[in-house]
Amino acid sequence: MAGVSSVLIRAGRVIDPAAGTDLEGDVLVEGGRISAVGAGLDGDGAEVVDAAGLVVAPGFVDPHVHLCEPGWEHRETIRTGARAAAAGGYTAVCCMPDTDPVVDDPASVGFIVAEGRRAGGARVFPAAAVSAGRKGEQLTEFGEVVDAGAVAVTDAGRSVASSVLMRLALQYARSFDIPVLAHCEDADLARSGVMHEGVVSTRLGLRGKPAVAERIGVARDLALAEATGGRLHIQRVSTGAAASLIRRARRRGVRVTAEVTPHHLVLTHDVLADYGTDYKVDPPLRTPSDIEALREALADGTIDCVATDHAPRHYDEKEQAFDDAPFGAVGLETAFAVLHTRLVREGALTLAALLERLATGPARALGLEGGTLEPGRPADLVLIDPEMEWTIESAGFLSKGRNTPFDGERVMGRVVRTLVGGRTVWRLGEDA
Amino acid sequence: MSLATPALGKDLTGLEPLSADQIRVILDTAEPFKEITERRVKKVPVLRGKTIVNLFFEASTRTRISFEFAEKRLSADTVNIGAAGSSVSKGETLVDTARNLEAMSIDMVVIRHWSAGAAAFLAARIPSNVINAGDGAHEHPTQGLLDILTLRDHFGTLEGLRVCIVGDVLHSRVARSNIYGLVKLGAEVGVCGPRTLLPASIEELGVTVFGRVEEAVEWADAINVLRLQLERMQDGFVPSLREYNRVFGITRERLESAPRRLLILHPGPMNRGVEIDSDVADGPHSVILQQVTNGVAVRMAVLYLLAGGAPHLAEAARDWTGS
Repeated sequence: MAGVSSVLIRAGRVIDPAAGTDLEGDVLVEGGRISAVGAGLDGDGAEVVDAAGLVVAPGFVDPHVHLCEPGWEHRETIRTGARAAAAGGYTAVCCMPDTDPVVDDPASVGFIVAEGRRAGGARVFPAAAVSAGRKGEQLTEFGEVVDAGAVAVTDAGRSVASSVLMRLALQYARSFDIPVLAHCEDADLARSGVMHEGVVSTRLGLRGKPAVAERIGVARDLALAEATGGRLHIQRVSTGAAASLIRRARRRGVRVTAEVTPHHLVLTHDVLADYGTDYKVDPPLRTPSDIEALREALADGTIDCVATDHAPRHYDEKEQAFDDAPFGAVGLETAFAVLHTRLVREGALTLAALLERLATGPARALGLEGGTLEPGRPADLVLIDPEMEWTIESAGFLSKGRNTPFDGERVMGRVVRTLVGGRTVWRLGEDA
Repeated sequence: MSLATPALGKDLTGLEPLSADQIRVILDTAEPFKEITERRVKKVPVLRGKTIVNLFFEASTRTRISFEFAEKRLSADTVNIGAAGSSVSKGETLVDTARNLEAMSIDMVVIRHWSAGAAAFLAARIPSNVINAGDGAHEHPTQGLLDILTLRDHFGTLEGLRVCIVGDVLHSRVARSNIYGLVKLGAEVGVCGPRTLLPASIEELGVTVFGRVEEAVEWADAINVLRLQLERMQDGFVPSLREYNRVFGITRERLESAPRRLLILHPGPMNRGVEIDSDVADGPHSVILQQVTNGVAVRMAVLYLLAGGAPHLAEAARDWTGS
């Protein structure tokens, strides 16, 4: 399909959450960009893709993935991760710098950009570290890494413990108009915990991470964002208390965006009753009331992004006693289906709102071009069969990681085709 | 319970998964085994030909020895593996250890591990019977059983009995096993200790929380005194051992102020003068040494039942000297 410059996606249900449109019609792609959206478009020699019965939407944008390269290639590579992303309907992902070595200089940013281009899947946008080596001591060269292709800075998985450094980062990032992606947590309070501190951790005898650790971290970073005018993106919100703080900050006009993962929206700490290490994630799975609050925050836009926090782990690493197993779950290939099944079909969120949080919100948070079907924008598109029922089978993942909390789950709604720049990068049944 | 169905499942990973009936069966089966300990020839052949590995990733003296006596008195062949000097200290993973045990066709594994859930992890991966001898801060079911047996010996019944667990409940697997077992058997359970050492939402396990030991003494029929690990002070959970003893220690004065005669248990090893005063530990309220004796009987019962022994045959097993 490479080389075809025009594509006519015909007769689908075209939803552009950015424009607020939802219509039966066509999308015409020319030169890798969207040229028109409407009914009865004239393709004139274009490759025709029949979208009857399918939803056509902007490709998803994931603001938080771990592609593990360089250094952890046994878990994932940029190539396998970018392709897994495409299989999940993602056309762009932002990968975290917690690799080995840490992505904290222009050379390593350039490596990821180059590998991402070669991968042939979703577009790969690196985030660089806030501090050299993620040590929390000295800022990285934001200007240099941005010139090399970084779209954000983050110490990924670690809160910036020093309020002095976090303030400097938010101030300095303004010069480059990039967001600081923040893991918000009081590190001292959270340090030794392996799950949510509550009745389940008490029953199991596991060390808990108290919810208040996140609340303190979020409160501090919101205060610093408000004081500096910097762009703050709060990663992986897991508690209702944090969501409330973000809602109030937004009302005050603080420049804040926020993300939540599918697993934090549908699973509670109760699933850990048998010490299943595929449920060991950071931040930990919380309580039913947190889930309620997170769903409400996602629905009202307080949380404007879904992020997978895709964190592939080798099976040897997860096949250990709970304390010893690493945190993390994969999510790229299951996010849409899980949320469509558990939120949209159960009435907690409209399909348009889900697509907005999967595509438009994250693109806006990261300052990327995608997330909309507006003519002139890159033809990053996803075709979805909302009625297709299927079973999640980790053995069939394109990701190297099999560590999903949703293995064997029956879901409804499947991405059937993903286009990046007008080119099909994944199609159901044609891969693997 | 039908005689045809095994009294227990494949493993004993904790008391939480057991029913009240299953716990009673273990306690009842321990009764005939108590007597063997008092004989001149302390051995019956019910586990002859069975191989048992005592896999201790964490140092233990009394639990390991108690299991070993129980195994030997039932005539099993036993091997002890400690963390130091074994493949475990060379970085072998738990799953590889499990596979090796499986390849050697071991009948039973007694495991002590620093990680909560480790016994269940092993049990799910090997066909052998697995007995949890303590997994992190999760459970220590045979300790819970021997505590409960000791209480039953003294009070006759557990129904309505008020038992308060005093001390570092947060880090205690003994506390959790006692809570699960006692609640199932109809006892009222209290916990008492500094709030820094009581786990989150502990009352949701069906226990009453006492902030001061005076209230616990006033309320309880029996007190199970937990060991205060000295590192808890270094970690800042309690400001000093002196203050801990003054505020939460079980002293003779406190026992004398109780409205009824209290029974004092302690899982050992004791820190005399910290959580318990010597004149209490060595005094008439204490059943600490009886706990140790009951420990062997309870472990014999567990081994016997997991090996497929029928509860009603335990008496016959006692009387059967073999050859």
